[in-house]
Amino acid sequence: MYPSRFGYEAPKSIEEAIGYLTAGAGEAKILAGGQSLVPMLKLRFAAPEMLVDINSIPGLDYINIGADGSIRIGALVRHEDIERSEELKTAQPTLAAAAHLVADPIVRTRGTFVGSVCHADPQGDWAAAMTALGGHIVVQGPKGKREIAMKDFVLGPFQNALAFNEIAIEAVIPAPQGTPVGSYLKLERRVGDFATASVAVALNIQGGNVVRAGIALAGVGGRTIDATEAASVLVGKPLSEDSILAAAEAVAAAAEPRTDHRGSSDYKRQIVKTFVSRILTGIANSEQKVA
Amino acid sequence: MALDEIKIGGMGASRRRVEDNRFIRGKGNYVDDIVLPGMLHMEILRSPMAHARIKSIDVSAAWEVPGVRLVLTGEMMAARNLAWMPTLSYDTQAVLATDKVRFQGQEVAAVIADDPYIAKDACQKIVVEYEALPVIVNPFQAMEASSELIRDDKENQPTNKIFDWEIGDKEGTDKAFAAADHVSKLELHYPRSHPSPMETCGSIADFNRATGKLTVYMTSQAPHIVRAAVAMVAELPEHMIRIVSPDLGGGFGNKVPIYPGYVISILASILTERPVKWIEDKTGNLISTGFGRDVYLKGELALRKDGKILGVRMNTISDHGAFYADAQPSKFKIGLMHSTFAAYDIPVAHLTSTGYYTNKAPGGVAYRCSFRVTEAMFFQERMVQAAADDLGIDQAEIRRMNFVKDDDFPHRTAFGFLTDSGQYEKCLNIGLEAIGYSTFKAEQEEARKRGRLLGIGISTMTEPLGAGNSKEYDILGIKMFDSAELRVHMSGKAILRTGAMNQGQGHQTTWAQIVAHELGIPADDVTVEEGDTDTAPFGMGTYASRSTPVAGAAVAMVSRKIRAKARKIAAHLLEVSEEDIEWELGRFYVRSNHERGVTIQDCAMAAYSNLPDGMEPGLENNAYYDPPNLTWPFACYIAKVEIDPETGVWDVLQFVAVDDCGVRINPMVVEGQIMGGLTEAYAMSSMQYQTYDEEGNCIGSNYMDYLLPTAWETPGFELYEVVTPCPHHPIGAKGIGECATVGGPAAFVNAVMDALKHTGVRNIDMPMMPNRVYEALQTGKDISGMPPVRSGD
Repeated sequence: MYPSRFGYEAPKSIEEAIGYLTAGAGEAKILAGGQSLVPMLKLRFAAPEMLVDINSIPGLDYINIGADGSIRIGALVRHEDIERSEELKTAQPTLAAAAHLVADPIVRTRGTFVGSVCHADPQGDWAAAMTALGGHIVVQGPKGKREIAMKDFVLGPFQNALAFNEIAIEAVIPAPQGTPVGSYLKLERRVGDFATASVAVALNIQGGNVVRAGIALAGVGGRTIDATEAASVLVGKPLSEDSILAAAEAVAAAAEPRTDHRGSSDYKRQIVKTFVSRILTGIANSEQKVA
Repeated sequence: MALDEIKIGGMGASRRRVEDNRFIRGKGNYVDDIVLPGMLHMEILRSPMAHARIKSIDVSAAWEVPGVRLVLTGEMMAARNLAWMPTLSYDTQAVLATDKVRFQGQEVAAVIADDPYIAKDACQKIVVEYEALPVIVNPFQAMEASSELIRDDKENQPTNKIFDWEIGDKEGTDKAFAAADHVSKLELHYPRSHPSPMETCGSIADFNRATGKLTVYMTSQAPHIVRAAVAMVAELPEHMIRIVSPDLGGGFGNKVPIYPGYVISILASILTERPVKWIEDKTGNLISTGFGRDVYLKGELALRKDGKILGVRMNTISDHGAFYADAQPSKFKIGLMHSTFAAYDIPVAHLTSTGYYTNKAPGGVAYRCSFRVTEAMFFQERMVQAAADDLGIDQAEIRRMNFVKDDDFPHRTAFGFLTDSGQYEKCLNIGLEAIGYSTFKAEQEEARKRGRLLGIGISTMTEPLGAGNSKEYDILGIKMFDSAELRVHMSGKAILRTGAMNQGQGHQTTWAQIVAHELGIPADDVTVEEGDTDTAPFGMGTYASRSTPVAGAAVAMVSRKIRAKARKIAAHLLEVSEEDIEWELGRFYVRSNHERGVTIQDCAMAAYSNLPDGMEPGLENNAYYDPPNLTWPFACYIAKVEIDPETGVWDVLQFVAVDDCGVRINPMVVEGQIMGGLTEAYAMSSMQYQTYDEEGNCIGSNYMDYLLPTAWETPGFELYEVVTPCPHHPIGAKGIGECATVGGPAAFVNAVMDALKHTGVRNIDMPMMPNRVYEALQTGKDISGMPPVRSGD
């Protein structure tokens, strides 16, 4: 590949990295997994003056699961780490279900979870999963740390809420009330293709009732779609055929798909509806195990 | 005492591929691996517009980039009479655009610099002013009277039509249709596809002013054709041109044509007097080089009630892009489309074909298709399925009824081809048995009651592989024979060179096996070399599954010449007359005394040390082979699929392939060819296509948009074998490289159509993406043409 000329720094600490970003005055880009950035450099769609490679910063590759069930994922955790984590399989079924559907195995060995969320691709899997889970991103800048809720983090296609001199250092999924259940389904034309439509479902179930229902969509709008409001028909009762159908229809209506070569807007809505229904039915059928 | 043929790696041995040892260790030698002293790097600036007049090109800023050695434009090429070059179909193609650009990705300028980064940076500094012209992206727009004339550079080209061509018996066909019980009609589009070899095209041109010799290392499947073309274009004598194709990272037909990049790099080397390397990037390869298909069909079958086909009528309209650069035998304007229905006993047929220029990339035919046989057989098998469904006849029975029977060979097809061998019904029966056809109908009905949609699709076909004979087949007037040259060293080891060009077929492995079979020299003792025009004998290269039918036959024939001379030497060594000598694998012996013999290695040593009086020393020879006919392999492919009615996603539950390619030299290599071909067949049926929006932007310019299936999507394939030796080939072999790509797609489409039969849907054009299958299922209507590429709502 023959990208445009760029500078390169490999800082050893977050503070040093923030220094380079500040000095870059908006012309520096963070390099983590590079699975979206490097292709853009190759095609010269992106031509930053400097790359700040954070891979040498120690202590950013953790997956911490708290006693309360909250989960913290560091900025250098690779997709593959999520996919291979035995703890996450039980602690966070939505993440576990999505992990092996992200891109392809080669990308998963290198690409990072937090980097993918920051990329804010409307078709990105992790932004949808994090939105359904009601998570937030911890960012650090010259003035210290702040938290940004997922719903405020993704501003639009490929736009996030980071200032030019801030780094997203971890993703946080709050502690569940009761049992976390959920799943992730994605229709793609081929492994590694962008989603035609994806559905992330993250429920909390307590005493047989749904106490929290998070649903988010990818590929069916100009940004990650937060369909949690549409999913509220599920809350306060057990899953039933009626509530599943109502939720599937409400979520499909919340999608904002466009007709393109992956399918018509109606088709994409149909996929959303089908996937919501399939995930919820799957949960309902196994509910005795999680109640 | 004869050698064990399998042990020495002869015919029938699944010998490990010799090539793989270096490939899997990263020790291959591709064009981009070659580094010459003082070498410069070239980058091509391509047009972002599909159709536009060039008002001005300003290259001054590019010249100012440090490290830039040369900037070339069409004007500079024109000053040397190199702005245009001939294509392989007697048309012309722009090398660098002078007047206007005619497709997106067309070559506009080139920068030659000290390294590829500089070349690319400088390319971005070239300012081209375009004036947009109306864009034509399909042949139906091209044929409108008011459409913009694309080829205004040509004399006597008042419209966008390239050719009208027809073959067959119009009158007889009309009569057959008039007398038919039923006429079954089908309209189809075979979408544009790109071969997309992993290695893109590239060249290193090295002109030496002192010797006057031009050496070009390049990615060519047909280096000798390139040498002939370069001699024409560059006006250099042939002996001063050396074309070298090193290892090729795949070709699939994409590396047959001559591309502008090669020509520009040659001129750049002549002007700079330094080696100039050009390596195309993936997007450049996908948007500007040889594609396949893009043909529309109107097909009709005249049928008797019971399913007997009485006549075939076909009309094709094809999209060739901005230049008619198809690589195909000169006589046949739409390739071997008229090989269609060759497996069936059809009394009469008529084909009309019209080709058009459009504002799309040139270079049709390429993609593992043996000159449009892919379209011919796809159309055939889709029409047969539609006829069976229209008449309510079993899809296996209609094929069985119409097959050319085993006893009917040689058989003259309605379009004039001569098929010579096959056991079609046997292949079909094996396939049906393997897929469980006898119980499938019940299974399908039972599944439908539970909301599951199952379908079986059959595709049976014979195809013409291995052009020529030289009477009918030529490219640019050069006859399509091929060659081999064998030199046996005194130790009995040997080097073999042929005019073919390996690009993944395994020639290094299998050619040595033919030598082993003919001479008893272990395959491991035979070096195989191809691709260097200074050392290899003249040949037409590798494409159209012609290597084994033509060059492979030459290998057998030259081996036999060597054996004939060795026999004389053996008689001398054994002190008997030649008539008393017998041959068994690897050894001559005295007929009356089997113990008394000499090995082929003994004869080789004697050829350099102990010759009979008057015999010319050495043990080497060559052979040029002009095949008496094409070879006609047969294939039966059957797919069993299930459609998810809520999403339109279809899965292949089972796939059975029965191939009869005659005698198999290396069964493992043959199976690899079939597996690869079926993967490509699955690809085209499900996802792999190239399309254009109405502004002529190529959708499919990178691997995010141009989808190649991975191991995850690709179904498993069950392979079965039938062997009907080719009656005219010296070792009984037939071509195999393209069978699966040619015959495979219809099996997948027919299977999905079978699953949808109850809805009344008769056709979904490829690719059968889930959204298209879902739409057909919902509406009960056919889905035709390319998928839409613009946002609607």
